Amino acid sequence: MTSEMFQLILMTVVTAATPLILAAIGELVTERAGVLNLGVEGMMIMGAAMGFAGAYASGSTLIGALCGIVAGAFMAALFGLLTIGFAINQVASGLALTIFGIGLSGLLGAGFVGLKRDPPAHLHVPGLSDLPYLGKLVFSEDLFVYVAFGLVAGVAWFLTRSRPGLALRAIGDNHQSAHALGLPVRRTRFLATLFGGGCAGLAGAYLTLAYTPFWSPGMTAGRGWIALALVVFASWKPWRLVLGALLFGGATVLQLHAQAASLGLPGQLLSAVPYLATIVALLLLSSGARKNAAAPAALGQAFIAPR
Amino acid sequence: MKKTAFKLVLASAVALAVCSAAFAAEKLKVGFVYVGPVGDFGYSYQHDQGRLAMQKALGDKVETTFIENVPETDSDRSIEQLARSGHKLIFTTSFGYMEPTLRVAKKFPGVKFEHATGYKRSENVATYTAKFHEGRYVIGQIAGKMTKTNTLGYVASFPIPEVVAGINAFILGAQSVNPAVKVKIIWANTWFDPGKEADAAKALLAQGADIITQHTDSAAPLQETEKAGKLGFGQASDQARFAPKAQMTSIVDDWSSYYIERTKAVLNGTWKSKDTFGGMDVDMVHLAPYANIPDDVKKMAEETAAAIKAKKLHPFKCPVLGQDGKPVECKDGKALTDKQITSMNWYVKGIDDTVPK
Repeated sequence: MTSEMFQLILMTVVTAATPLILAAIGELVTERAGVLNLGVEGMMIMGAAMGFAGAYASGSTLIGALCGIVAGAFMAALFGLLTIGFAINQVASGLALTIFGIGLSGLLGAGFVGLKRDPPAHLHVPGLSDLPYLGKLVFSEDLFVYVAFGLVAGVAWFLTRSRPGLALRAIGDNHQSAHALGLPVRRTRFLATLFGGGCAGLAGAYLTLAYTPFWSPGMTAGRGWIALALVVFASWKPWRLVLGALLFGGATVLQLHAQAASLGLPGQLLSAVPYLATIVALLLLSSGARKNAAAPAALGQAFIAPR
Repeated sequence: MKKTAFKLVLASAVALAVCSAAFAAEKLKVGFVYVGPVGDFGYSYQHDQGRLAMQKALGDKVETTFIENVPETDSDRSIEQLARSGHKLIFTTSFGYMEPTLRVAKKFPGVKFEHATGYKRSENVATYTAKFHEGRYVIGQIAGKMTKTNTLGYVASFPIPEVVAGINAFILGAQSVNPAVKVKIIWANTWFDPGKEADAAKALLAQGADIITQHTDSAAPLQETEKAGKLGFGQASDQARFAPKAQMTSIVDDWSSYYIERTKAVLNGTWKSKDTFGGMDVDMVHLAPYANIPDDVKKMAEETAAAIKAKKLHPFKCPVLGQDGKPVECKDGKALTDKQITSMNWYVKGIDDTVPK
């Protein structure tokens, strides 16, 4: 295998993992605050539709990305109003929002079907980008990829090294005690939900702006659900989330390469590999010595301030 | 006095309702079930164009409804919903709807069903499909002439006979002008997933293919092909707007005349269950305008298409060699039969893969 092909394959793994990383890191923050947002798929697809619409109307990928973020955040605000404002069951609200988002995206995006745009330019660092094996992979990705990894680093720092991050984790672990301590439970949860929705929207926008630059109803094809699973797979730790996304994205893409190289393995089995790999990894993780499940203890519990 | 007046009012109200229901039943309700979005600008889009043409041609006599994005694994509900809500003719447009259509048809003997690309029929279920492989042969010839690396890439969907026959016709066409050509096939296991289709195209391009063709429904592989500066073919619909520099032509499905004919048959009461397998001769398949190819290749393609249309050339004319090099059974000595084509689950010589189960 030439260094060129090796790099191409790795690059497709990274680009396949990027939407998963973006959506999952947002969901990780939301869940760490104790809110279980099952509406990721709906927010993602809204971001995809509105991101493309914004970019097509304005001619700028950046504005499109911002539109995607806003669309995702808007859906998240709706979800926040229901679950944090009215303390409605989070699971049901999230599922309802997913269905709503998928339908609404089809409706609003209808006028943009059949149009296409150019994908955004890739970074080019003279000298570094031309290194063999890793040059293009590290120095020639598009902006979304760098933002994704930057977000992961930022969230990791925020959760473990800052006071607001500590407060957020406390709220996710025991919201009643956090409230007794004077921490703003509902405000923090709402902001975390908005962040999660915005990230999901950005992930969707990445699909329609850079991955396959056009809009078609149903484009996210279930990636939001995979992002949800990845958060659990990552034990709510940001860097393990990157590993999981690369594993899943990699398995999805590598099976296509294996087919093209005629390795002789049955296609249907190769299609199942990403999901099998995730299950195996989950089994290995949960059988380890770490008994603390690491799930935020108050995840999914509605907060109603005691009088 | 009041009681009789009341009864009279009630009776006339019922009579009116029955009458208006009878008048409402005048329009024939025709339903369509699509596997992908109408906006795929590929397969489902063409079925919808057929529906629109039929609606236009028959005007007031029909009322059409469609349900899109119906997964093959969960289609019973959608088909049954159409049957329950008064639709008397229902077109189910994907292979995977075969068993669900038969199940619902059993429950609703008064409703007529038309199943696309399948092979099982019953009293009230007819099947229809187009000879896509005729188009595949022509594009195979173009691919054989235009490739510089002698490696062709194929983004396939599911290993059903229609797709396998398409691959075989494609490679036979390519081999007829370029015997050294090889094809790499990726089974995406989906009809529509732009992200996955784009990844498959990327993988094929990374492996050295310089012409990409597909049997999946979105324009994603073509877009990837154009990004890489290579050439390819669209699927089911003219996808040139997505990749004006890369699309050489596209196989276009045209269901309009079939839909008009069958709806008229229901209106006349002459509908019968049968199998329709139409090709270029009845214009169910034609090719999008040629672009990005030199004039001599264009001429060759036009001549081949004309020959197929006039039934002078058959893509599977005997002898057809199987993967083992031995000729496949050829009953009438001229070409493979329609039945052999619609149940094809083997590759021809020159393809180094095995058909997935």
